[in-house]
Amino acid sequence: MKIIFEIQRRKSVQDKPYIRKLTLETQDTTVVEALDIINAGELADDPIQWECSCKQKKCGACAMLINGRPRLACDAMLSEFPKGIIMLAPLKKFPNVCDLVVDRSVMYDGLKHFGSWLEGEAVCDDTGIAYEASRCLQCGCCLEVCPNYYAGGEFFGAAALVPASRQISEADKTDGKRLAKAYNEHFHKGCGKSLSCKNVCPAGIDTERLLVRSNAAAVWRREKRK
Amino acid sequence: MINIVGAGLAGLSAALTLAENGIKCRLISAQHSERSQSVLAEGGINAALDTMGESDTPELHFEETMKGGCYLADPNSVEALTKSAPNIVKKLASLGVPFNLNADGTIMLRSFGGQKKKRTAFAQSSTGKMIMTALIDEVRKYEAQGLVTRFPHHTFVRLIVGEGRCEGVCVRDSFDKRLYDLLGNVLICCGGLNGFFPEMTTGTASDSGNAAAVLFTQGVRSANLEMIQYHPTTFAIPGKRCLVTEAARGEGGRLFSEKDGKRCYFMEERYPELGNLMPRDVVSREMFRELHGGAGTFLDMTGLDPAVWRGKLSDLRGEIMHYLAADPAKTPVPVQPAIHYFMGGIYVNERHETSISGLYAAGECACRYHGANRLGGNSLLGAIYGGITAARNVTPDNNDVTEAYNGSEPFACAPSPMFVKKTGAVLLRGLGIIRNENELKKALNELNSIKCENAVELARRELSAAMLMSALARKESRGAHYREDFPETDDGYKKTTVAEYRENAVNISFDDIPGRRSE
Repeated sequence: MKIIFEIQRRKSVQDKPYIRKLTLETQDTTVVEALDIINAGELADDPIQWECSCKQKKCGACAMLINGRPRLACDAMLSEFPKGIIMLAPLKKFPNVCDLVVDRSVMYDGLKHFGSWLEGEAVCDDTGIAYEASRCLQCGCCLEVCPNYYAGGEFFGAAALVPASRQISEADKTDGKRLAKAYNEHFHKGCGKSLSCKNVCPAGIDTERLLVRSNAAAVWRREKRK
Repeated sequence: MINIVGAGLAGLSAALTLAENGIKCRLISAQHSERSQSVLAEGGINAALDTMGESDTPELHFEETMKGGCYLADPNSVEALTKSAPNIVKKLASLGVPFNLNADGTIMLRSFGGQKKKRTAFAQSSTGKMIMTALIDEVRKYEAQGLVTRFPHHTFVRLIVGEGRCEGVCVRDSFDKRLYDLLGNVLICCGGLNGFFPEMTTGTASDSGNAAAVLFTQGVRSANLEMIQYHPTTFAIPGKRCLVTEAARGEGGRLFSEKDGKRCYFMEERYPELGNLMPRDVVSREMFRELHGGAGTFLDMTGLDPAVWRGKLSDLRGEIMHYLAADPAKTPVPVQPAIHYFMGGIYVNERHETSISGLYAAGECACRYHGANRLGGNSLLGAIYGGITAARNVTPDNNDVTEAYNGSEPFACAPSPMFVKKTGAVLLRGLGIIRNENELKKALNELNSIKCENAVELARRELSAAMLMSALARKESRGAHYREDFPETDDGYKKTTVAEYRENAVNISFDDIPGRRSE
């Protein structure tokens, strides 16, 4: 198949971004493999920079905007785009470093500020919520589509809701209070319940279910099921 | 201050151990921990917790690990590993890892290859991811306290060595493109060598193997490089091999081959006792023989109980349906062996010290616990225990100097994709499931004719040569190393293969394996 790629390029923060157009003739494969082919061929002297690791939807490295939608490049097949045009751009809510690479450290800084960890030993008799929440890739796609999230604000979005849901479901009483305070401050107060995060999560995490459970424990203070 | 290179499972375990003891560390990685290969580990982690009423003990875990590794690991290290395993898994549970549980609340264990007792703790088939999430959160606590400082977009460039001693590590910030010298002792946790076999392994693309190659040419000794594990059950997806966890067989999956419409459950026929759960080296060899004989090889999971799919393997089923558009509960899955793990690597002693003073290594990049063949479920355990052990032995210093500079640095470059592809194809030819002297020598000749354009390519070629030369030197068959010209195991080779780069040449020698002290 013949695909026209329109890739946003930028050498460094100091440089202006521009669109590089090129055509690739290949059999159907993922956007990640297409980028590899381009970088080994036409752009071998000046390869496109992007983050890539597992190539099987399990690490979140290759999140980018593909025809405007945030998703993992390893999960996007060329044949999904019948018009044969694929536009690649970096996620917009994080600072752009170069080409398709963004600096996602604001997400990790948020988790640190939140206190996203357990202080005591995990207490848990229903591992379902912890399992679902632990699947989070910290890719940032959910923040990209969230109408309430902006980098630098006090609302940390689903990227904080999901890890917090594990911790809230496993925390002892004292630690539960600490987490509930942070949850209210950095998630509940700012969440407009658009649930766009649920539609876009590449891991398919049911953020609505986590939100309902975490609200019950941290906002409405329902006792944990015994 | 300690510099940890690599933020996967071994690096995180080391950082956590140091932080719990109030020792500061820098946690250096090319990408954040969520991107590490450890998150791909599926089936579980071994520990003789004995929660299934089978009278399991750490001693049995020890015996089966030694036997599975064909007695090529140091028994003292394996004993320490298997003794520590139950407490490690209990600690993980206390950190909130959502292990599958028995009705009485104890940790459920499943069967895994090469082991007669149920010994593998698991969280569905995403055990690595679940453990990593809990450890990332736990380490974050110490980041907030200033005990762990992350360098999350920094690539290893080279070791800083002075008078034969490690003085620090030079890294490159891939964001500002500058070089930084981070002084102090160094612990390498950079993962296995799958970057030497692009697109042919179940590992991650970011696990390049560059650090191991550069360290090798800097004089760090490597061991058992010929011991490469082929996992029996994988299938191809774009750019890599996708793993079907051994747990699929642990929960009842059966391998068969099919030729001219006739099915043969070859593992069950040839190995009545352990059947589909023989150690991986044996299963992969049998599959290779079936494939070579013109048959197709399949994993039949159609007999699995719906409750097993729901509660223990739901993510595996989803993955297979996504990539193969077929439901494994209804149709057998075509599978073939592919490279999965490297038993060999940086040669470390019981304290995880390398041949260079002040330099330590742990995790898949290090050679210590798995001998000639690793048992499924022992890699997560080895990474965690190795990280903890290295952290306990590494000597901290007060050196928290970070020097930035813009100077030129021969190792601050990447190999070209073409070079990696070419050397990978040559290596695979020599280091297949079945090997012989002719093919190995041919591969070595071809390798040496490949031109190197920069220092990292040269380092990779030298380490590649060391892998082939290690396989040539071991004139016997043992574990993952099968020589059709020397098909028998020869106890004269019950030794560690040591590769060293001296005066611009690779040297291979053999070290004796110590006896068990407690006997």
